[in-house]
Amino acid sequence: MSEFEPKVVAFVCNWCTYAGADLTGTSRIRYASNVKIIRFPCTGRIDFMLLLKSFANGADGIIVSGCHPNDCHYTSGNFHAKRRWIMFKELMDFMGIDMNRITFSWVSAAEGARWAEVVNTTVARIRELGPYVSYKQMVNTAVEEEVTND
Amino acid sequence: METTSKTIRKHSLEKLYASLAENRKMYAPVAEADNRIGYKYNPDFSEVIFDHIQSTLSVKNVVFPRVENVIFYTNNKNDSTVTDVDLNKIPEVVLWGAHPCDTAAYDVLRSIFCWDTKDEFFAKRLEKLVVIGLACHKSDAHCFCTSVGLSPDSTKGSDILLVPLTNGDYKAEILTEKGNRILTDFSGLFEPYQDEETKLTHVEQQFDHKQVTQHLKEAFENPFWVENSLRCIGCGACAYVCPTCACFDIQDEAKGKNGKRYRSWDSCGFGLFTLHTSGHNPREVQSQRWRQRILHKFSYMPERNASLGCVGCGRCSRACPVDMNIAEQLQALQSI
Amino acid sequence: MINLVSRADELLESKAVQVVIGYEAGSTGKARPAFITDPSKTGSLIFDDRCVQNLAVYLTKKEVRYFGKAAIVATLPIMRSIMMLISEQQVFAENIVVLGVSAEGKYIDIAGIEVMQQYIATCDLGNPAKDQETLAMLNKMSTQQKFDFWQKELSKCIKCYACRQACPMCYCTRCAVECNQPQWIPVQSNLHGNTDWHILRAMHLAGRCISCGECGRACPVNIPCHLLTMHMADQVHNYFNVYAGTTDKMSSVMSTFEPNDKESFIQ
Repeated sequence: MSEFEPKVVAFVCNWCTYAGADLTGTSRIRYASNVKIIRFPCTGRIDFMLLLKSFANGADGIIVSGCHPNDCHYTSGNFHAKRRWIMFKELMDFMGIDMNRITFSWVSAAEGARWAEVVNTTVARIRELGPYVSYKQMVNTAVEEEVTND
Repeated sequence: METTSKTIRKHSLEKLYASLAENRKMYAPVAEADNRIGYKYNPDFSEVIFDHIQSTLSVKNVVFPRVENVIFYTNNKNDSTVTDVDLNKIPEVVLWGAHPCDTAAYDVLRSIFCWDTKDEFFAKRLEKLVVIGLACHKSDAHCFCTSVGLSPDSTKGSDILLVPLTNGDYKAEILTEKGNRILTDFSGLFEPYQDEETKLTHVEQQFDHKQVTQHLKEAFENPFWVENSLRCIGCGACAYVCPTCACFDIQDEAKGKNGKRYRSWDSCGFGLFTLHTSGHNPREVQSQRWRQRILHKFSYMPERNASLGCVGCGRCSRACPVDMNIAEQLQALQSI
Repeated sequence: MINLVSRADELLESKAVQVVIGYEAGSTGKARPAFITDPSKTGSLIFDDRCVQNLAVYLTKKEVRYFGKAAIVATLPIMRSIMMLISEQQVFAENIVVLGVSAEGKYIDIAGIEVMQQYIATCDLGNPAKDQETLAMLNKMSTQQKFDFWQKELSKCIKCYACRQACPMCYCTRCAVECNQPQWIPVQSNLHGNTDWHILRAMHLAGRCISCGECGRACPVNIPCHLLTMHMADQVHNYFNVYAGTTDKMSSVMSTFEPNDKESFIQ
């Protein structure tokens, strides 16, 4: 069996983390290539359903990252996001969806090295956890699998 | 086909079950948590129950699954390829121990799905299905089969109907060719029926369905509908537990280039059911949707499909969170 | 319930309200909602242990609104629902008369929103005791155990949306589950579609759920889906020190923030 390569999706805000990730590149810092970055206007725009969609479509891990508190380009988007993630995390914990697979972080446009570190630690953690089998199974199991020819 | 009656002893029943299970899937009632009854594929015979009143969900899913794939497709650069569902993969199923209301519902469903065009999914599933019904020796206040022209031992829809006997054995009425084949294949398990006493429940008749149908012709604008559906919250529980409700929704679900089209249960109780793209909704409020439900089952279906759209199982009344008791309402409708 | 009946009678007689929403005896020993417009029929109003449905769900229903002003028999959860509906501007305080019923089933005079607010302030606003027990039991489980528990429960879901329809806070004319561009929730009632639906429902009720448990009661297949929203209510109180439905000017928990909201998981 070939070695497991984690698929990690990163939802980042345009103004801080995306620029930070850019800086990682221009600074020639190497980091895990498992991450697929999706740019959003603001962390406040990142709907929790998007996270579930990425798990459903095969992601093993997720990174959500934006501006540090008080640095939001839109003043308060990240504060709203923070509240949402607090509740989302609680719900996921309660439903047994593994929150070790989601990294929430604040990475500014000046923190190129930090972005590399966030990605590397996340990928290493997911590599240890292995593929997200239970979620994938859930997605693939239709209730009446056999009779529906699924 | 002429009906033959046989007796099957309690201990032979287990052998019959085991023999049928050898090359068919069994679908039989079992006890679930919170005193509920549900049907399950291939349960062990020891799990199968014979003294239940009613399962929470009906058994229509055997012929009309909650979700049924219709086609699979791939979108290529310039064209699309469509793959049909291989209907030959549909397994042979024995529905074991379904009550007469549930088996009669298959006749109702057939009158809908095979009305003009034969629905191939439904027809194939029905073709592959053997129904071993079980007459009722228990009932509750929600049962009203006798009001819709059925009874605790009606044979409609069954291939073999088991009728409990007072001595604990069962009378087996062989009703169709499919039933006859089972009798021939396992003839050693059946004994001649010697007029042993059957044990059946009595279900009080609550209304005369012919009179209801007659009254409904004039009742479209009656204030009855609003008065009696104010409490209806518009969920789909009644339709989803109903053995005869056949409305479905068709959806496409794609992932990249590949997708599938499936149909899934829908309910006329939902506001979205009739909502037009323009924003106009011909059934704007819940009373109109409730009226549709009753009229469809007790007026439109007798008129168009020559069968009543209700088998009196009482599941909708049991499931309703706000006590919309259908038998009670029909009784009231009789005298408006 | 002589006080309840006479008060309802008085309100209808004086035309202060056009409809009284309460409970009446239903079929097969159940109690069910009643909508009384005729003062001579108030005698059918009852209140006992069977009267548990959250009647506030009817305040936003079109056909009930047609009547005009409504008096509503309200226990604590119903009062809290009314507070939430007023806060979210779905109903107006001046169109509602509250016929309060205490936890002991006694009539209490609720003369206006302030009185209701004071009454709510004296009550225990946490989740009902038996649900608290189940929540505690679930919280003790491992991640995998919780996952298995919920997967087993949610596999029963037939997507009849009784949980949504029974909830006074689910008043949207177009639910997110019905939006298909994009299709947030798979329409199929399979494990995936069901899980996504219940996550979405719990998230949308975070900070709004008043712990009445109506969703779980309405479920025809007995999924304890009320535990999801009740857990959210617990956590909202835990993190933000808010109980939903205590005043008529609640600010929405999920669309406001405090700069010093505490969390420990964001790196």
